Amino acid sequence: MPSMIDIQLLHTPLSEQACLDFVKTDDTGGIVVFVGTVRNQTKGKAVVRLDFEAYEPMAISEMRKIAVQAVEQFSLKKISVHHRVGTLAIGEVPVVIAVSSAHRKAAFDACELVIDTLKETVPIWKKEIFEDGEVWVSATP
Amino acid sequence: MNLKVLCFGITRDIIGQFEYRLSLPTEATVADLKNQLSMQFPKFATLKSLRIALNEEYAEDTMTLKENDEIVLIPPVSGG
Repeated sequence: MPSMIDIQLLHTPLSEQACLDFVKTDDTGGIVVFVGTVRNQTKGKAVVRLDFEAYEPMAISEMRKIAVQAVEQFSLKKISVHHRVGTLAIGEVPVVIAVSSAHRKAAFDACELVIDTLKETVPIWKKEIFEDGEVWVSATP
Repeated sequence: MNLKVLCFGITRDIIGQFEYRLSLPTEATVADLKNQLSMQFPKFATLKSLRIALNEEYAEDTMTLKENDEIVLIPPVSGG
């Protein structure tokens, strides 16, 4: 299982290509890649940048749990999950998820499950910085 | 017993520091810790949720704390 899974938490820009390259295998029929990007507005309010922080050892272990579950549930060939921390500008990439499988449906379904679960369980937080203030995303109702 | 709690995200802003030290009775649970924090810092009531991690795993409210545990406050996460 370990050689099928690539989990990284990085303080430097992510490479979509690195994730894609990791998951390619000769018995793969389809690869799905999700790329998260920093959006320029929230509810119509202009965002200047995002600051990401993580409880790093647990963020890595929780991402690994999700990856293991996805490999088992969808019989994936390989999976790569890279998440970035630090300050990100508009258009930069905080997360890349690539999965490969024999058939495309499993890859689409797995990729969606992984990003949905990551957003619920992985201890990473982002703060939106506006011209006139800042807010921890999703912290309060 | 003396405990050290690490505070991430909005919990660091509420408490005002990353490492927070407090004292609880021996055998105190995760729920006891949450209650103590809520009493000292009423703003915790404004959070959508507050989970506690013990030694890098999410902890149930009934779990007992020990002095050398790595205790971390996990406010609502927002990765991705």
